[in-house]
Amino acid sequence: MMRATRRSFLLTTAAAGIAAGTGALGLAAAQPHVIRIVAKRFVFTPQQVKLKRGEPVVFELTTQDVFMGMNIPDFGVRSDIVPGKTMKLAFTPDKAGTFTFLCDVFCGDGHESMSGTLVVA
Amino acid sequence: MSLDRRQFLQLAALGGGAVFASSLAGAARAAGMSADYDDFYFVQLSDTHWGFNGPAVNPDAQGTLPKAIEAVNALPTQPDFIVFTGDLTHTTDNPVERRKRLTDFKQVVSKLKVQDVRFMPGEHDAALDHGKAFSEFFGPTHYTFAHKGVNFIVVDNVSDPAARIGDEQLGWFGGELAKLPKDAPIVVFTHRPLFDLAPQWDWATRDGARAVELLMPYSNVTVFYGHIHQENHRNTGHIAHHSAKSLMFPLPAPMSQPKREPLPWDPQNPYRGLGFREVEAEDRGKTFPITELGVKA
Repeated sequence: MMRATRRSFLLTTAAAGIAAGTGALGLAAAQPHVIRIVAKRFVFTPQQVKLKRGEPVVFELTTQDVFMGMNIPDFGVRSDIVPGKTMKLAFTPDKAGTFTFLCDVFCGDGHESMSGTLVVA
Repeated sequence: MSLDRRQFLQLAALGGGAVFASSLAGAARAAGMSADYDDFYFVQLSDTHWGFNGPAVNPDAQGTLPKAIEAVNALPTQPDFIVFTGDLTHTTDNPVERRKRLTDFKQVVSKLKVQDVRFMPGEHDAALDHGKAFSEFFGPTHYTFAHKGVNFIVVDNVSDPAARIGDEQLGWFGGELAKLPKDAPIVVFTHRPLFDLAPQWDWATRDGARAVELLMPYSNVTVFYGHIHQENHRNTGHIAHHSAKSLMFPLPAPMSQPKREPLPWDPQNPYRGLGFREVEAEDRGKTFPITELGVKA
């Protein structure tokens, strides 16, 4: 059975520290872009959101009136938007183009027009 | 040699040249062919949006449904039954107004000669109160019935405003299907498409794939739905899905333009894009030829 010497233990610990530090730096570099979107019958504000391909994003979603939803079918993600709460919808756009996001919880006359666009460059 | 109603209509159309299909509806039985005729047909109307007000897309909002009812009543032989696949009324936040629209709608459709009429809600009728008002007027939002050996299942994918059928109803749906042999003729009536036709336009059912999965073991399944205000025909595997026209305003083809806006009224072609359909049940309910019919001034 191999016994770790004090020297090898210190080296291992240092290496782990460096790795952890690098990881922390890596995480800092990949901090998602936070964008606040407010829903109100029957409009999202803002209605157009510009994103960078490959850059993680978190939408912070709130509603000023009723229960709603935000759906981005082209990226396969959605979230409820619950009154009184801030909902988070995280994803990384992996393709460029213009995509629709919409309310997918029927909220009244005007629901059908409640949508916006993501422009991913 | 015996002819079924469809064959008779085809022959009649050939012999008559450019004969409008609606004038042939029911003609087979009217011509005394009942001895060899065991098929039937029904009529599907959809998306009547009673209470809608938008002259730019339909200046005859109060008159279009009555005209369609007159046209159905004028069919030479009446259908065995009539089905309305949802959005009977246009949505309103006001529960009193919602019930007034349902009352008025019920009064208008009471003029149909055929009294076997099946209803189901659309999201405009049911999503804001989880189907409460609809049920007061028309009963359950999901149910089954059988007609001449064909099994009809009405699925509610609108009373949940999030466009889900839901675990409870899916359990019921699976239980109803389990009673049937795998080759039974099955017709599903629903409002939204059960598949992702255009989720960017909310033309989908969030858990519709689970319903389709339950249907897949059955070899003779056809789905008729509404919601998208136009004729559309798609398959998921061997299952055919047919959407119907509206009787209030047409919508553009899926994803054909940036926004899902109603198509404007065309004064040169009034009622263009509006209509209803006859559906034949042939081959003991295993095939369903469709004849689309328009609304005329």
